[in-house]
Amino acid sequence: MGEKISKQFDPTAILQEIESKFEMFQILNEEGKIVNEDAVPDLTDEELVELMTRMVYTRILDQRSISLNRQGRLGFYAPTAGQEASQLASHFALEKEDWILPGYRDVPQIVWHGLPLWKAFLFSRGHFVGNQIPEGVNVVPPQIIIGAQYVQTAGVALGIKKRGTKNVAITYTGDGGSSQGDFYEGINFAGAFKSPAIFVVQNNQYAISTPRDVQTAAKTIAQKGIAAGIPSILVDGMDPLAVYVATRYARERAVNGDGPSLIETMCYRYGPHTMSGDDPTRYRTTDIDNEWAAKDPIVRFRIYLEGKGLWSEEKETEVIERAKEEIKAAIKKADETPKQKVTDLIENMFEEKPYNLQEQYEIYKAKESK
Amino acid sequence: MAQMTMIQAITDALRCELKDDENVLVFGEDVGVNGGVFRATEGLQNEFGADRVFDTPLAESGIGGLAVGLSLTGFRPVPEIQFFGFVYEVMDSINGQLARYRYRTGNTYAMPVTIRSPFGGGVHTPEMHSDSLEGLMAQQPGLKVVIPSTPYDAKGLLISSIRDNDPVIFLEHLKLYRSVREEVPEESYTIPLGKADVKREGKDLTIIAYGLMVHESLKAAEELEKEGYSVEVIDLRTIQPLDIDTIIASVEKTNRAIVVQEAQKQAGIAANVVAEITERAILSLEAPVLRVAAPDTVYPFPQAENIWLPNYKDILETAKKVLTF
Repeated sequence: MGEKISKQFDPTAILQEIESKFEMFQILNEEGKIVNEDAVPDLTDEELVELMTRMVYTRILDQRSISLNRQGRLGFYAPTAGQEASQLASHFALEKEDWILPGYRDVPQIVWHGLPLWKAFLFSRGHFVGNQIPEGVNVVPPQIIIGAQYVQTAGVALGIKKRGTKNVAITYTGDGGSSQGDFYEGINFAGAFKSPAIFVVQNNQYAISTPRDVQTAAKTIAQKGIAAGIPSILVDGMDPLAVYVATRYARERAVNGDGPSLIETMCYRYGPHTMSGDDPTRYRTTDIDNEWAAKDPIVRFRIYLEGKGLWSEEKETEVIERAKEEIKAAIKKADETPKQKVTDLIENMFEEKPYNLQEQYEIYKAKESK
Repeated sequence: MAQMTMIQAITDALRCELKDDENVLVFGEDVGVNGGVFRATEGLQNEFGADRVFDTPLAESGIGGLAVGLSLTGFRPVPEIQFFGFVYEVMDSINGQLARYRYRTGNTYAMPVTIRSPFGGGVHTPEMHSDSLEGLMAQQPGLKVVIPSTPYDAKGLLISSIRDNDPVIFLEHLKLYRSVREEVPEESYTIPLGKADVKREGKDLTIIAYGLMVHESLKAAEELEKEGYSVEVIDLRTIQPLDIDTIIASVEKTNRAIVVQEAQKQAGIAANVVAEITERAILSLEAPVLRVAAPDTVYPFPQAENIWLPNYKDILETAKKVLTF
C-alpha cells in the first residue's frame, strides 16, 4: 500500500521542489556590491539619496524613541532598528493614494506616508489625537491584534478595486503573525477576489522569544502564498534595493489587475521585541546578533551610495541633526497636546450618542467642570 | 401595503437600500446566486449585479475584515454571518475591530456596517445554529444590537440599521422568518434604533421581551387576561442601547415587571434590564423583577428543545409569582 502510493506521490520530492522555488532575491550584498545587475531599479540619484535619508532618519528615530521611552517620555514602543530596508524601501515603492495597514512595529511607514511625527509619539503614549489621521493620508493606526490587519487589507483592496483607482493596499506582519488564521484568510480572500493587495511578512527571526522555526515546518514563509494561489517572493530584507524592486513589482501587478502578492523580507530587529520589559539576551546569542549586524541595511547602502558619489559623512550628519531637531520639536508638540477627558472618549464612540452615553456624558461633564 | 413574512420584509429592506445608496454592498456565504440559505437575499444579485451582492470564501473572520476594509474605502457593507453561532470565528473583527474603529481613530474613520445573522430555537437545527449570543455583543461598547420580532419592525429597523453610520448587529430569529405575516409598506420607512414598542397595553404587569419571546409573552398576556389581569407587553426591538424611557414609564404604571428571554439565565440581557429598573424605579415596585430564561446549560440537542426553551407557560408561571407576591 505504502509502496504503491509513494510511486505516485513523493512528499519529500514535492517539498524540495517547492522550496527550491524560493531562493532569496538580492540585489545589493553585505559589502554594498551589486550582485544582480539586471534587477537594479531605475531610481534617480535624488530618489536613492531620499531613500538613504529616510533610513538614516528612521535609525535615529529608533535610538531616540528607545531613549525617550526609558526617560518615561514615550509609552509603548516596538524597536525598528535593523528593519529600515524592509520597512522604508517597501514604503518607497508606494504612491500617495495607496493604503497602508501597519502592525504595531510599522510606525515608520505611516510616518513617511504622512502621519505627523508628534502624532506617532501620541500613539506611543496612548492619546486618541495620535490616531486622528489627517485627511488624505491613507493609513490606519498601528494594529495590535496580530493578523487583523491582513483581513482588513483584503477589504481595503477590494474597495480600491471596486472604486477602480490605480492603487494598492499594503500591510505588514511578522514571522510569528504568519501562524494566525487571519493571515491565511487575508491572503486567500485577496486572492479569490483578485484584489490589489501587497502582503509583507517581515521575518525578523523571532516572535518575542519564539524562533521562526517553532512557528512552522515550512522552510520559507513566502511559500505560504501557494496556499492562497498567489505569487510570493523571498527577499533579502536587509537589502533596500531588493525590497524596493519586489514591492514595486507587486504593486505593478496589483494595479494592472493581476491580484495580490506576498513578500517575505528576511530581516532582523537589533533591539528587544518591545520596550515593555522584553530582554533578548534570554533567547538570543551575541553570535546571532553579530551575524545580523554584519548585514546592516544602512551600512551596505551607504557603501553603495558613496561609491556612486551620492553620500558622504557630512550628508549623514546633516540628516542625523535634522532628525534630532524634528524629534525634539515633535515631542514638544506632543507635550503641548491637551490631556484627554472622559467626555472626549465618549464623544468618539458614535456619531450620535445612545442614551447610556448621553447620561454618562452629562455626569462626566459635571465632574470635569468642577 | 403587502402581506409579508419577516424574511420577505428583510429582502425588501435590502432591496430598498441597494437601490437608494450605491455604496451598499451585500455579501457573505451563499448570499449571491443562491439568494441566501433562507432566501433573505433572493433575487438581489440578479437585480443589482455581482458587484453589489456577492459570495465570499467560507471564513467568517475574513468576512468581518472585508467589512472593515470596504468601510475604509467609503462603502456601506451589509455582510451576513450564516448562523450567529459562528460569530466566535469573527469576534475580533466585530468586537475587537469594527466596534472600536471610530473611537480608536478619534472620529477619523466610521464603520457604517450592518451585520445580519439568523439565530434562535424551535426549528431543530444542528449544533451551534440556534444559540442566543446577543448578550456577548450587547457588552461591547461601540455596537448596537437589534432584534426584530415582526415583519413590519424588521423592515423599518433594518433600513435604519443600514443607514446608521456605526456598526449594528441585526439578529433575525429563525422561527420568526416565516411564521408571522403582516401588512408591510412597500416603500422605504424607518424605525428609530434604541426605541422599544408597546405591543400590548396593560395596567397590572409589564412583560419585557424580545425576539420570539415577544410572541410567547403576548400569548401569556391573553391567558392572563382571561384570569382578569391586564398585562403590558414591551418589545425591546433594540437590546443595546435599551429604551429606558419606555421601560421605566411602563413599570411606574404597572408597578410589577418580568423580563423574558430565550437565552440562558446567565446570558442574554435580562439582567441588565432588571438592574436598570432597580436603579431607576425601585420605589414603584410592588414585587421583585423576575426573569424568564433558559437553563444555564449549553443549547439543547434538537430533540430536547421543547423541554428546554422558555415558552408562554413559563411566562405565565413567573408572571403569577410576581402578580401574587
